[in-house]
Amino acid sequence: MSLPAVAAPGGPTLEVRNLRTHFFTRAGVVKAVDDVSFTVERGKVMGLVGESGSGKTVTGFSIIGLVDPPGRITGGQVLFQGTDLASLSEAEMRNLRGNRIAMIFQDPMMTLNPVLRIDTQMIETVQAHARVSREEARQRARDALGQVGIPSPDERLRAYPHQFSGGMRQRVAIAIALLHKPELIIADEPTTALDVTIQGQILAEAQKLCAQFGTALIWITHDLSVVAGLADDIAVMYAGKVVESGEVGAVLDAPLHPYTAGLIGSVPSRNRRGAPLSQIPGMTPSLLNLPAGCAFRARCPRAESRCAEPPPFAEYLPGRHARCIHPYIEEAVRA
Amino acid sequence: MTVFLLRRLLQAGGVVLVMSLLVFVGVFAIGDPVEILISPEADQIERERAVKALGLDLPLWQQYLVFLGKALQGDLGRSFVFNEPALQLILQRMPATLELALGATLAALVIGLPLGLYAGLRPHSPVSRGIMATSILGFSLPTFWVGLMLIMVFAVQLGWLPSTGRGETVEILGTRWSFLTRDGLAHMAMPALNLALFKISLVIRLTRAGVRETMLMDYVKFARAKGLSPSRVTFVHVFKNILIPVVTVVGLEFGGTIAFSVVTESVFAWPGMGKLIIDSINVLDRPVMVAYLMIIVLLFITINLLVDITYSVLDPRVRLEGKS
Repeated sequence: MSLPAVAAPGGPTLEVRNLRTHFFTRAGVVKAVDDVSFTVERGKVMGLVGESGSGKTVTGFSIIGLVDPPGRITGGQVLFQGTDLASLSEAEMRNLRGNRIAMIFQDPMMTLNPVLRIDTQMIETVQAHARVSREEARQRARDALGQVGIPSPDERLRAYPHQFSGGMRQRVAIAIALLHKPELIIADEPTTALDVTIQGQILAEAQKLCAQFGTALIWITHDLSVVAGLADDIAVMYAGKVVESGEVGAVLDAPLHPYTAGLIGSVPSRNRRGAPLSQIPGMTPSLLNLPAGCAFRARCPRAESRCAEPPPFAEYLPGRHARCIHPYIEEAVRA
Repeated sequence: MTVFLLRRLLQAGGVVLVMSLLVFVGVFAIGDPVEILISPEADQIERERAVKALGLDLPLWQQYLVFLGKALQGDLGRSFVFNEPALQLILQRMPATLELALGATLAALVIGLPLGLYAGLRPHSPVSRGIMATSILGFSLPTFWVGLMLIMVFAVQLGWLPSTGRGETVEILGTRWSFLTRDGLAHMAMPALNLALFKISLVIRLTRAGVRETMLMDYVKFARAKGLSPSRVTFVHVFKNILIPVVTVVGLEFGGTIAFSVVTESVFAWPGMGKLIIDSINVLDRPVMVAYLMIIVLLFITINLLVDITYSVLDPRVRLEGKS
């Protein structure tokens, strides 16, 4: 059941290598995740950024092993503390889920079962992975609620999800994710549906918990400002591929890939007041039957004929990868 | 809760009153029972005496007021044919129909829910397709034909089950019940199955649709992401969410079965209320018809109330009106 002892103590918590997840639909193969690689170190926050439909969420579900048919992982490796998750049986994966790898979903209004009380939904999670009495499980649930800042947790345990606000529900979801002090949490746009103030509180909470328990965190979002404040590393996804990755400050200050540059340019606060907002022309391509070569070339200011060849994911600067044949190297070096 | 119940009780009273008026006028319009009940050889004086004895000489509105006055005292009139209180006549037959309807509904749930659940969880498996195809038959085959076929196969050819009647009964609190004896159960099996066929199909389809819809919900995926076992996800997280439509429909179906299982009762010569109402309509036995319909109205009101209360148990978001 249990995984082999933690690999090297200094090794990364998660290593994703050339992950591919494809959906085999009647209309054709949708390559939702197509060659995604990144590493998350212990206690670090990895920001996974991209537009809607770029494959961020599917990447998250692929790691935790919850890709539903017609989707299937068709290639690559997910190494969790050195163990290839593909080699585990479904029972072993289940033992991992919610226990050592937890996930937080985007819409807090939808993640809790409306007809079950909070205590039911928390206690079942505790008892799924630990042989403890109901009373002990309730204690742990109450402690977890207190930890994420829910007042009078004893009372709130007996409530139903509809008696909570969106922010409170997301806190409950986070508390559930924290029950077993997982080594890795995948947070899929957990603050997108919330007010800015609540978002700030939850981000601070997340940061604190990472530092406290050494939990590695994958924070999936389309909001660059969140990543800037929270993440240590960043991976930018476009059309199922990671197009750029590196240390968050370096990437945001001087992006290598034109798409990253466009994303950063599109953040309203970066533009001068009164000046027209800059934008990336066009829209994300359909993932169905994507042509070979760089998927961004139709929208890229630097596109040329060579872009029709698939660009390699190369390390242009130490620790900085990009999938582009003419990255902004000079600018990055100067920065 | 109390306020809710009180309000519902008042509403029920209104519904019963309106229904009684409609039923009374409707039955009056069907035809004149005098022609059927009084022998054609009777002379004018005898006829008039009979008409007066039955209270049919009064104008309609007076007849209605007399009926209402008596109904308030629990007297729904005497049957023209049996010369017994109509209410008593119906209540005598009620256990037979009630146990048949209960048996059929129970069978629908016990057979329909698991099959629907399976078909919903594995929508593309050949077994599921088979279940769904068969359920179409359950919808579309006429009840009387299925009843006759059941008798042909199980009573005539195989000789396993008796084809008519209630069999041995046991008396409890003055009413006779079949389901407590082996012989009674054997007699009940075929008519109950016949009645259940449509309901099984209905429950299968409802359950399957509910499961398919619920499985896509985020909270189901979240439950899986928590590392719960598939059986816990299915039987706790999914199942409780699909019960609401099932309860609604099964509740109404149950009422419908009690009120209108005429065909099955006729085919299997089951001495229930359905046969009584058909016989009464044939001879225009007005008091029985009116009393019968009044009881059915009360029955539906009660079932709806129970269904509403069940909602509030199943879904915490449903608050019964008046419960602030």
